[in-house]
Amino acid sequence: MNLFTSIKMAVRNIQGNKMRSFLTMLGIIIGVFSVIALLAIGQGSSKSVADSVNSLGTNLITVNITNTDTHFTMDNLKEVKQATGVKSVAPVLSGRSTLRNGSTTSQVSVTGTTSSYLSIRQLTVKQGRFVSSLDNKFRQKVVVLGSDLATTLFENESPIDKKVLIDGESYLVVGVLNSKGGSMGSSSDDAAFLPFSTAQRLIGTTYITQFYAQAESQDSVNWAMAGISRVLSQTYSDSDDYSVVNQQDVMEAMSSVTSTMTMLLAGIAGISLLVGGIGIMNIMLVSVTERTREIGIRKAIGAKRKDIMLQFLIEAAVLSMLGGLCGVGIGVLAAKIYALAVGGTIVYSLPIMAAAFLFSAVVGIVFGVFPAYKASKLNPIEALRME
Amino acid sequence: MSEVMISMSKIEKTYKLGDNIVHALDHIDLTIEEGAFVSIVGPSGSGKSTLMNMMGCLDKPDAGEYTLGGSHIDRLKDRDLAEIRNRKIGFIFQNFNLLGKLTAVENVEMPLLYRGVKAKNRRARALECLKLVGLEERATHLPNQLSGGQQQRVAIARALAGQPQILLADEPTGALDSKTSEDIMKLLTTLNNSGRTIVLITHDLNVARKAKRTVSIRDGRLQEGEHI
Repeated sequence: MNLFTSIKMAVRNIQGNKMRSFLTMLGIIIGVFSVIALLAIGQGSSKSVADSVNSLGTNLITVNITNTDTHFTMDNLKEVKQATGVKSVAPVLSGRSTLRNGSTTSQVSVTGTTSSYLSIRQLTVKQGRFVSSLDNKFRQKVVVLGSDLATTLFENESPIDKKVLIDGESYLVVGVLNSKGGSMGSSSDDAAFLPFSTAQRLIGTTYITQFYAQAESQDSVNWAMAGISRVLSQTYSDSDDYSVVNQQDVMEAMSSVTSTMTMLLAGIAGISLLVGGIGIMNIMLVSVTERTREIGIRKAIGAKRKDIMLQFLIEAAVLSMLGGLCGVGIGVLAAKIYALAVGGTIVYSLPIMAAAFLFSAVVGIVFGVFPAYKASKLNPIEALRME
Repeated sequence: MSEVMISMSKIEKTYKLGDNIVHALDHIDLTIEEGAFVSIVGPSGSGKSTLMNMMGCLDKPDAGEYTLGGSHIDRLKDRDLAEIRNRKIGFIFQNFNLLGKLTAVENVEMPLLYRGVKAKNRRARALECLKLVGLEERATHLPNQLSGGQQQRVAIARALAGQPQILLADEPTGALDSKTSEDIMKLLTTLNNSGRTIVLITHDLNVARKAKRTVSIRDGRLQEGEHI
């Protein structure tokens, strides 16, 4: 008997018991569906995070100083700038303030920095200019607005040369940035930038707790990091007092989280497929008992053990593959619905779909072997005697 | 003298029922020629079903020799026995044993399916056999849409489909009324007249007498003629 006839026969038997077949497949459907939907959503979100991390520039180095007893000053920062491989540095002084234009107010993050910040963070100016070194030197009360913030405060008007109140003091708007999008919870679109020296007054600190450095190129990132560490170690004896992190490290931390999540999902999916497989085995065993007489007739007519075994095995495989196929379809659909409803990014991975489908087929075959073997072992005389 | 189809010599089969040993078949010697129409009669428990299973290669003897159409059956493995059943034997059962989910013609096709015959040839041959039993118009009916007599005729068509050397009928009229029984017996007689070897097992002497030769079985022993 050829394979095609066997498959046709199996499909017919499955059709003959629609409700039961559907319930049996449900385990596999849920397993495959959850793998595909969850991974599409998971990979989508990690991709969007990776994209935004990358958009900060791959030669960006972030330094945080955690020791607040020994203050890190602009002079220290100048030494860092001399380190090998470092192209430029920009201090960051951040706080939250209320900006006000007329009756419109907005609570936003305020960053005090120098002119090099713009190129280090790969931001661009839409209108006007960024904070300059002169502003810094003379503690000018000027401000550069993120694009969203500018729209919030000034709507369609041009904010250049207008005044805004920051915590009650009047500042001149000198520039507006282009939209860049958010990265890991903070967005430059919704922030205000001041000269570093001005911000020191506003926020009320004199020392630096964070700065960005830019390596000369992507290849010299490690050199630059080593150089920065060397400079910092002259000020701080304990290496726990500061941290030097580049985007690569952030990406690696990110991807280790993602891979843990992927493993977890795969585990859950594996368990649910296992449960589905046991369901298939259960139903196939019932089916063998129910069809004992049929097996007897087939054997009397000349079916070999191999033929009977194949019949039940194919039935189990068709059942689970059908379940797998439905699972893939529903999974793709569910991820799509999620993307439309929540607006998140989703990434479909063909290898994962193929793997989930193949795994479901393997589960069907593995769990079909025992019932099929049992069927093939039936004694035809006794099987024919069954009512 | 025509050729020997079935040759059994000193066939033995015993069962254990609790502490008792039952000799279902006790030194059976039987020869059936090609083209014969033999009926085997015996009361229930006489061993006729065991003999039928033995002839049909569903069961193996404990001792003795059995030759069917030139093949030694007593030495074959399960898969070879399946092959013999498929090619040399056509079974007709008391309760028809059709598969309820398959149509008449699909039931008839079954022996050919396990032989690997192509779908087109299979269908043609099956329809031919249905025509032979006068049911070509019912080809697409399911068994439960057919009367008992019609179901048995489908079963006979199925037995014929594989062009076996021998037809084994186990109480073929046991589940039918007398009028239909007569029709079935007429059909079997016609088939025998066209050269087919038929072995009929029954407890009904009226049915047994339709055969050319009658053998009786009692307590696992065989005797020529009617001895009930």
